[in-house]
Amino acid sequence: MLDASTTTAPRVAGPAEPADDDLELLLLIRHFELSLLDLFSAGKLNGTTHTCLGQEHVPVALGPLLGEGDYVFSNHRGHGHYLARFRDPEGLLAEIMGRQGAVCDGVGGSQHILRGRYLSTGVQGESLPVAVGTGLHLKRHEPGSLALVHIGDGTWGEGSVYEALNMAQLWRVPVVVAVENNGIAQSTPAALQMAGSIEGRVTGMGIAYRRIESCDVHDIRTAVEADVEQVRATNRPLVLEFSVPRVGPHSKGDDTRTQEELADARSRDWYEVYGRRFPEGFARADARLRERVSQVTRDVDARPLSEWRDACLAPSA
Amino acid sequence: MPRSERVVENLNAALHRVFAEDESAYLIGEDLADPYGGAFKVGKGLSTKYPGRVLSTPLSESGFVGVANGLALTGNTVFAEIMFGDFAFLAFDQLCNFAAKSVSMYGSRQELRMVVRCPVGGHRGYGPTHSQAVQKHFMGVPNLALYELTPFHDSADVFAEMVGRGEPCIHFEDKTLYGTRRWTEGTDDLFEFGFAGARREYGTAQPRVGSGDADCVIIATGGTAPLALQAARKLFLEAETVCRLVVPSRLYPLDLSPVEGMLARARRIVVVEEGVAGGTWGADVAQEIYERMWESLSGRVRLVHSDSSVIPSAAHLEREVLVQAEDIEKTVREALAR
Ligand SMILES: Cc1ncc(C[n+]2csc(CCOP(=O)(O)OP(=O)(O)O)c2C)c(N)n1
Repeated sequence: MLDASTTTAPRVAGPAEPADDDLELLLLIRHFELSLLDLFSAGKLNGTTHTCLGQEHVPVALGPLLGEGDYVFSNHRGHGHYLARFRDPEGLLAEIMGRQGAVCDGVGGSQHILRGRYLSTGVQGESLPVAVGTGLHLKRHEPGSLALVHIGDGTWGEGSVYEALNMAQLWRVPVVVAVENNGIAQSTPAALQMAGSIEGRVTGMGIAYRRIESCDVHDIRTAVEADVEQVRATNRPLVLEFSVPRVGPHSKGDDTRTQEELADARSRDWYEVYGRRFPEGFARADARLRERVSQVTRDVDARPLSEWRDACLAPSA
Repeated sequence: MPRSERVVENLNAALHRVFAEDESAYLIGEDLADPYGGAFKVGKGLSTKYPGRVLSTPLSESGFVGVANGLALTGNTVFAEIMFGDFAFLAFDQLCNFAAKSVSMYGSRQELRMVVRCPVGGHRGYGPTHSQAVQKHFMGVPNLALYELTPFHDSADVFAEMVGRGEPCIHFEDKTLYGTRRWTEGTDDLFEFGFAGARREYGTAQPRVGSGDADCVIIATGGTAPLALQAARKLFLEAETVCRLVVPSRLYPLDLSPVEGMLARARRIVVVEEGVAGGTWGADVAQEIYERMWESLSGRVRLVHSDSSVIPSAAHLEREVLVQAEDIEKTVREALAR
C-alpha cells in the first residue's frame, strides 16, 4: 500500500534535458505563481489565490497528450492547468487582478474560469460528475476525445468523487482523473484524512490506475501515454496519481508545516531537480521567464479595471 | 369541467414530445428504465424508444445531477428526475453551486438547458423523508428558475418554456396531482377555468356567475390548487362568497403582472402553499403584492401553510399537519370577517 504521507525521492538522473518548450512552460508557470505571491504581499490581489508551486510538471507533462477536443476540468489550484493549455499569462493575471482582458471579466477570478473546453470551479469534487456528463457527450458525438479532471488528495474525502467514478466505470466514460497528491489538504496531512489509499479505492471499482513518482515531464509522458490512448480507444476511465510536493503555502502565508517538511518538499521540486541537472541552460531560461512574467505583471497592473459585460444578477422574468 | 387526460399522462406525453423533437434530449435519474419507468411512471416508454438517452443511474443524486450538468454544458437538453423531492438536498451543490452559478460566474452567459423534476408533497403516507414540499429551500437563487406542475397547464408548454430559458430550472410536481385529471379550459357546473397572462402564466378558476370583482383571490401553488378549488366551491355554495383561484406555473422569478389588476380589485388575498412557514414562497408573494399595490390594498395578505412539523406517516396524523381545504376555507372566512 502506498502511504500518501510518505515522501518519495524523484529520480535525479533523467534521460534527457527537458525540451525547450517544456522548460519554458514550467518556468512560465513558476514565475507566474511567484509573482502572484508578491502581488498578494503588495496588497494588489483581492481575496485569495492558490499557487501550484511544485506541481507545475503535471499539466506540462499531460499537455501534449491532449487534443483540442478534450475537456480539462480544473480546481482551486488551477493556474498551471490554464497556462499549460492556453499559454496566456496576460488573460489569467487580468482575471485574477480584475483588469481589462480578463478571461472571465474578473467575475470568476482565480478559481472559476471557463474558456472553450476548459473549466475550473472552486468546490472540491464537484467537477468529477460534470466531467462524466461531458465524457458521455464526447463518447456519443466525438469518439476519441476525453475529459481530464485535476483533483487533489484531500478531495478524495468528497462523496461525489466516488459517485462519479462509479458511473464512469459502469458506463465506460472517457474520463482521466489526474490526482495531484501533495500529501496535504490545506493544513491537514493525508495521514489524518485518508483511510486506505487512492489506489485501493480506485482499483476496488475495477478502474485503471497508475502512480507516478517522477517529476520529469518526459518520463511522465512516456509512462502514461499508452494509458491515455487506452482511454480514447476503450472509453474506460483512468486514474493517474502523481506524487508531488507542495512547495508553497496552501494559499498565502498559511503553511503549517515544519522546516523539515518544507525542506523535503523543496528537494522534490522539479525546479531543484532540473536546476541541478542542467545548471547553465536552466539558469538562462529561468532568467528569461522571470523577466517575461515581470513584464506581463507590469502591463496587466497598469490596465483599467475589467467590466462585467454580460452581468445577469438575477434570472430574467 | 370537460373530462381530460390524467396529469401523469400529460407529463409523460410532454417528455415524449421533447425527446421526439430534440435529438439532444436526455432523461437521467434512478429506476427510469422500462418497464418501471420511474417511481411515478412519468418516464414510461422513453427508455424503450430512446435507449441511449435515458440513463438509469445508481443511487447518486449529487452524481447524476452533476452528470446532467456535464451534458447540459456540452449543449444537450437534460431532464433529471429526483425520485422524491426530499432527496434534491443531496444535489444542492450541483444545482446551486454548479448549475445556477455557471450561467453567470464565468463573465459571459453560459447556456444550460436543464430541468430537474422533483416529485414533492405529502397526503400519501410516505412519511417525514418522502413527503416534504421543498420549494422554499430553492427560492431566490439567481439563475435557478422554479416551476410547479399545476392541474391547468399543459406540461408540453411548460417544458418548452423551461428549456427555452437556457438556465437550470426545477419543476416541482405534487405527487397528489399525478393520478388526477387535468383541468381544461371551459366550465363545469359552477366554475369557469382559464388562464391569465399572454403566455398563460397563471391558471384561473372562478364561479361562473361571479363576473364582478372577487371577494377573495386565492393564490395557490399547483399542488394545493385542488384544495383551494374545493374551498372555493364550498364558500360559493354555502356563503355565496366569490373566490377567484390563481395558480402560477412559475414560482421564481415571481412576476405578478398578469394578475395584478385582479389582485388590486380583490377585497382580500390569501396565498396557499404546502411547505411550512418561514422563508417561504408565500411570504415573497405577499411582499411583492405590498410593493406593487400597498396604497390600494384593503387588507393584509393572509398566508396558509402546513404546520411547522415533520410529516407523519399515519394518515390521521399526516392530515393534522398538512394544509387541508378546510384551512383555506377558514382563512378566507376570517379574512372576510374583518
Ligand atoms: C467542498 C469544499 N470544501 C472545502 C473547500 C475549502 N478548501 C479549498 S482547497 C482545500 C484543500 C484541498 O485539498 P486537496 O484536494 O488535497 O488539494 P490541494 O489544496 O492540496 O491542492 C479545502 C479544504 C472547498 N473549496 N470545497
